[in-house]
Amino acid sequence: MAKLELIHLNKTYTPKVIPVKDLTLSVEDHEFLTLLGPSGCGKSTTLRMIAGLEQPTRGEVRIGGQDVSRKSAGDRNIAMVFQSYALYPHMSVYDNMASGLKLRKMPSGEIRSRIEEVSRFLGLKDLLDRRPGKLSGGQRQRVALGRALVRQPDVFLLDEPLSNLDALLREQVRAELKQIFASQATPVVYVTHDQTEAMTLSSQVALLNDGYLQQLASPKQIYSQPANRFVAGFIGSPQMNLLELPCRENYALLGNSKIPLPTSFAPPPHVVLGIRPEHARIARPEEAITVTGTIILVEHLGMSNLVSLRVAGSESITVRALLSAEQSWQGNQITLAFPPEHTHWFHVETGDRLPDAE
Amino acid sequence: MVPLPSSAAVETSPSPSPLSVKKIVLPLAVILVVGFSLAPILWQVLTSVKTNADIAAVPNVYLPTRFTLEHYIEIFRRRPFLSYMLNSFMVATISTLLCLLIGTPAAYALARLKLPGEQAILAIVLIITLFPYILLFLGLLEIVRALGLANNYLALVIPYTAINVPLTILVMRSFFQQLPRDLEDSAKVDGYGTWQMLAQILVPLTVPALVTTGILTFISAWNEFLFALTFITRESLKTIPVAVAQISGTAAFEIPYGPLAAATVVGTLPLVALVLLFQRRIVQGLTAGAVKG
Repeated sequence: MAKLELIHLNKTYTPKVIPVKDLTLSVEDHEFLTLLGPSGCGKSTTLRMIAGLEQPTRGEVRIGGQDVSRKSAGDRNIAMVFQSYALYPHMSVYDNMASGLKLRKMPSGEIRSRIEEVSRFLGLKDLLDRRPGKLSGGQRQRVALGRALVRQPDVFLLDEPLSNLDALLREQVRAELKQIFASQATPVVYVTHDQTEAMTLSSQVALLNDGYLQQLASPKQIYSQPANRFVAGFIGSPQMNLLELPCRENYALLGNSKIPLPTSFAPPPHVVLGIRPEHARIARPEEAITVTGTIILVEHLGMSNLVSLRVAGSESITVRALLSAEQSWQGNQITLAFPPEHTHWFHVETGDRLPDAE
Repeated sequence: MVPLPSSAAVETSPSPSPLSVKKIVLPLAVILVVGFSLAPILWQVLTSVKTNADIAAVPNVYLPTRFTLEHYIEIFRRRPFLSYMLNSFMVATISTLLCLLIGTPAAYALARLKLPGEQAILAIVLIITLFPYILLFLGLLEIVRALGLANNYLALVIPYTAINVPLTILVMRSFFQQLPRDLEDSAKVDGYGTWQMLAQILVPLTVPALVTTGILTFISAWNEFLFALTFITRESLKTIPVAVAQISGTAAFEIPYGPLAAATVVGTLPLVALVLLFQRRIVQGLTAGAVKG
């Protein structure tokens, strides 16, 4: 149990390969931080630097206020769950869990009691004598988790631990993980490219792209107030509509419609409007600010329909709206309303979020 | 091998019992192949226990009715066959161990580290395995003479090791490559030091590959003839293949088939024993369970 801090972390392999450029963040006790991002964003490299499997080129990793950047992985008192589980195939489940403790010269009575506790907790009691080869995927996953839990480390690191499970099992284990780590006070750093895992498990999400931190916020905030265009496009499925629009006076022009800009920023010549498909809805007759378009595609998702439409007066722009299955419409013309509280505005060049109207 | 009922065969063949062909042909084929491979060995074994009269008999006696061990007794009594075997054993064992000792770390480095010129190194290693080493023979002879290594185990141990190291490197490298890297990372996080990791994680997992390459090296060193014939002239240091070749009869035109066959059997048995002994360790899929899949 200790605070984990990353200070201006950088990893440079060659001048052209710099997976982590400048990363500063901290994880407190009781926090579950997810490093989220597309492949190649530097999230795994960051995790490996925290673990001590990679040396940072610049910057510091601090655990409990101490700089551990130069310490080896074994001396950092961290535990890691690998994507491939990485169980020792020639050892029994018990020995797999015990090996890290034996190396730390822990008395065997204590090892036994810790393993008993954790294996009861994870339902591994009957499997302790087996070799990993005799276990199913889900069981191996739990052994890998157990091996981390018995260590009672300062920080837990998890590297895409669910990606090798099939879809059904993944959902179940995800729920288990949430319960397990809710009961631990230790900070957790979790790496994934799956936004559902990030949103459901974490207390904080760090979204990385191109070696930089894009946003560090709670899942709720990262969804409702994306810090920039990348975050807005990455989080949420189906993807947010991001429309680059010209501005005239206080309005953004979308086809034949004028969408008023918030007063909180001076109107730029161009602006990016973001609206999630699930927030666009069919306009009521009395509404003034609406967008009309021709339906080009309807995708049925069961509880809702994903409707793509071409905006009237601006044929190159396509808007997608997620409409509930009960809603119906006439013909192939549809008029949508964009509720202002769910509309996001981004700077055209920097991609940064423009301030909301208060 | 259990002949699996193939659905395609069932569909396409209208005959009432499509499996019967497979049931007959497959065992027959197995018997033929086994017979073809084992017949010369069987012939040697039978010859080694036949009496001299049966060996020389016309027409051939295929299945002897009288058995004798006199040929075996002869090769151990009248010739120092035990010391030949010991020589072979020493030379083969030492060069096998050296080969693994040198080749395994090299293979590990080639598999794990991003070395500059790795492809070039591998290409050279591969070319060496393809090189007919007989061509090195005259050069080696000069070296052996210059270093005064003739009639010394080293004259055989060094070339055998050198010849087999490239194969060891190639086989071990591909083994290390399929050994998941996460295992080593996991060991580091658990707190294993380099040597502990080597002894407790890597070597136990590497044993099947070590045994496999070791056996290959051992067999090639055990059977080598030309270097052994040339570099070793002292009777007490000769190895089995040379000794077998030099068995001759009491008269110039007599070919001592019996002792020859007995010597061949005695020279082959250690190899058979070796393979049988380690068979259980050459089990594929020992790493199954380390990672998913």
